[in-house]
Amino acid sequence: MPIPSPFHPRLAELCRSQEWRNWAGYLSPATYQHSYDPEYFALRNSAGLIDVSPLFKYDVLGPDAARLVNRIATRDLRRLSVGQIFYSPWCDDDGKVIDDGTFWRLEPQRFRITAADPNLHWFQDCSRGLEVEVQDVSRAVAALALQGPNSREILNRAIAGADLDSLAYYHLTAGAVGGAPVTITRTGYTGDLGYELWVDAAGGPALWDALMKAGEPFGLTPTGLAALDIARIEAGLLLIEVDYISSAKALTEARKSSPYEIGLGWAVDLEEPSFVGRRALALEHARGSAWGFVGLQVGWSELESLFAKADLPPQVAGRAARDPVPIFHHDRQVGQATSRAFSPLLKKYVALGTVERSYARLGTRVDLEITVEFARQRVPATVVRRPFFDPPRKRS
Amino acid sequence: MAERYDAIIIGGGHNGLVNAAYLARAGLKVLVLERRHVLGGATVTEEIYPGFKYSVLSYVVSILRPEIIQELDLPRHGLTILPLLSTLTPLPNGDYLYRDDDPHRTRRDIARHSPRDADTYSEYSREMYFMAKAVKSLLGMVPPDLGSLHPGELRRLQQLASQFLGMGERRLYTLVKLMTMSSAEFLDEWFECDPLKATMSASGIIGTFLGPRSPGTAYVLLHHYMGEIDGVFRAWGFAKGGTGSIAEAIASAARALGVQIRAEAPVARVLTRSGKAEGVVLEGGEEIRARLVVSSLDPRRTFLDLLPGEALPDDLRRGVERYRFRGSSGKVNLALDAAPDLTCMPGDGPHLRGAISISPSVDYIERAYDDAKYGAFSHRPYIDVIIPSMIDPGMAPPGKHVMSCFVQYASYQLRQGTWDEQREAFGDAVVDTLSEYIPNLKRILLHRQVVTPLDTERMTGLTQGNIFQGELSLSQLFFLRPVPGYAQYRTPLRGYYQCGSGTHPGGGITGAPGRNAAMQILKDLRR
Repeated sequence: MPIPSPFHPRLAELCRSQEWRNWAGYLSPATYQHSYDPEYFALRNSAGLIDVSPLFKYDVLGPDAARLVNRIATRDLRRLSVGQIFYSPWCDDDGKVIDDGTFWRLEPQRFRITAADPNLHWFQDCSRGLEVEVQDVSRAVAALALQGPNSREILNRAIAGADLDSLAYYHLTAGAVGGAPVTITRTGYTGDLGYELWVDAAGGPALWDALMKAGEPFGLTPTGLAALDIARIEAGLLLIEVDYISSAKALTEARKSSPYEIGLGWAVDLEEPSFVGRRALALEHARGSAWGFVGLQVGWSELESLFAKADLPPQVAGRAARDPVPIFHHDRQVGQATSRAFSPLLKKYVALGTVERSYARLGTRVDLEITVEFARQRVPATVVRRPFFDPPRKRS
Repeated sequence: MAERYDAIIIGGGHNGLVNAAYLARAGLKVLVLERRHVLGGATVTEEIYPGFKYSVLSYVVSILRPEIIQELDLPRHGLTILPLLSTLTPLPNGDYLYRDDDPHRTRRDIARHSPRDADTYSEYSREMYFMAKAVKSLLGMVPPDLGSLHPGELRRLQQLASQFLGMGERRLYTLVKLMTMSSAEFLDEWFECDPLKATMSASGIIGTFLGPRSPGTAYVLLHHYMGEIDGVFRAWGFAKGGTGSIAEAIASAARALGVQIRAEAPVARVLTRSGKAEGVVLEGGEEIRARLVVSSLDPRRTFLDLLPGEALPDDLRRGVERYRFRGSSGKVNLALDAAPDLTCMPGDGPHLRGAISISPSVDYIERAYDDAKYGAFSHRPYIDVIIPSMIDPGMAPPGKHVMSCFVQYASYQLRQGTWDEQREAFGDAVVDTLSEYIPNLKRILLHRQVVTPLDTERMTGLTQGNIFQGELSLSQLFFLRPVPGYAQYRTPLRGYYQCGSGTHPGGGITGAPGRNAAMQILKDLRR
């Protein structure tokens, strides 16, 4: 049975649709209203407020804290300064991805890691022989994502003592709401201007209220997972268990992926000598990976004609699809699309997927399987640059 | 030094810009000349009152062609179209009719008024889907030339005929009814709930000088359904930043494709020599040469104002002279100190993020038309209200609002006085009418901009202030638009083309005339 998050009293009042999902064991609204539409457009037009408390959070502290996080992350965290955040995957000894998340340097010897899955055991395993402590603060810390073009203005009004105008992308700062401390990170899962706010679980509702009050004239809208899913696909961001399978959970070797194979090669720093999986990844880097991660844009006129043959308009709008479908090149299957969505903003049908490396180059034409009137068809798609949507305000 | 262009587009409205972008995309060197300081024509956002942004004229997007959004990559150039999900019809007795994107909720609310209509509503929507589907394919095509015996044209006619005959007998009859009936009569065949019929019939009269009981208005109802049959593209939307942001996004896409755009460059006339367009002369006397000249202005300006009289064959000249503009609508934009509070649905709610339609009964709208028929403005007009700042908070300062009121009828030709004398009285009629449903309106009113048909004409050059560059009535559509024999974007003058809403498929922010014209031009150039 999923349990309520620290924000549940507020969510329950607002979730008129009563449509809940189970996110890592927590009750999480899929949509608040009849349709996810206004929530999606809030993320791109005004601002959305998302309860992200179900994320796992770990605090790493002690004299060897920096050594431990460097051991875990594939990125070189020696370059991570206090107040800065890096996104990075982490791998097993074979260089296969276990999870991905953010690494924050709170103090010289104090870090926080956010994760999609429980990782305490792994982090503790990695800390063997180091003078460092890993604390699971997942339940103690409540978190809200405030995402969208108006998020900065809202936050400026809601939070005392934080200088948000100078808070750069992937940095953090401290503030307070009603005297209670809040950590603000300029991070998010929407590919838009946005922040995430981290408080003691008991202070959650007060933070929610302060944000909703300040956000009212700026169109702040409580936003559920259905809208978030479309936004994250537009942003080209991966989802564990959908776009890749954690090597800690995979039942076969074939199901595991290296960072290079899921588009995270940029986050592997082979110069950093100590991280877990480095040797395997150095080998893979030299030899070349088997798979590549791609963004696909479906040919619209071809899609329309496929549906027209069944005398129907294209029926691809709606929620993001998470059921994988094959990708073909001529008649051979060369991969699978793992996330698909019609982008209401771009008016394009896009997908994220994994293909054999030689088909991952930009501009490559492949075919995507699509079901039209119960019949499997193929529609042409082109490998395009990710993110599909990347507004300058994300970093401004 | 005089630069030479492949094409000059007269008018920087949305169709002119779309046309320019497509020509540049095919490799042409293109210059757009706009008379005003701001681009967009009737697709324009202006800050008339500090801090409050008005979509001065056009205010919603109906069927901006999806292929244009994709091909010109408009979202990357800033276009965000936000859905308008609901329509509220407040009633004088304090009740209301509310419809939104939740079919069950809509059914329940219609059932309060008429349980029978609640069921019919979805049957009607399905039938209109088939009607719109039959007509939709016409939107993106160059109209056929009925008089031509060219095999290509004949083939196109044959395809059209078989498409319509393929609808099946019963649906074909419905289509013929739609083409010939009034919207009120057509809806009478389906519904009994008066506010429902009135609100739906209102979409049949917009931009025409006709009432809901005038024959021919039923066809325009279809335009409401065009968006839905694209599957993923919605019927109605609001552009973030107001409609001006649509023009800006298209202009930005056009510039990225190499188009040059000059504002405050009014064109006086088209340069012609031996039956061919050679360029334009600006009002200041500057001559600019080009192989092609494309006018996005309305047919009267395109043919009668910009060309020397002798350039036109008689049938065209007479056709344009008889072409009906008959401006019939006005626009009132309001700046509000707080959110409007409706008697029928007090407080905040999703109804403030959709359309609010002042159309309580068919008689109400028909009476509004009666006023206009005899040369007045409606004293109790049909008003289509949206509150842009509720959808895009950036349209007004925090906590404050802008309200956009499309008003019909406002006859361009007044029997008594001038619009300059009547403007404020017209504004009063609108505010008074709205106040009957929104009691706090006068108290929160900070500023109002009243745009009469005369103001529309002065501002944009749209003859008689007709928002569609000429009425959307059957006798002025498809191969009859603007004039039979001249519906294929070409003109008798070689190298001179038309691309405005006065050509097929007509007005509204569709971009379709601009794109269709570009396709025709490129075909003629064999690009």
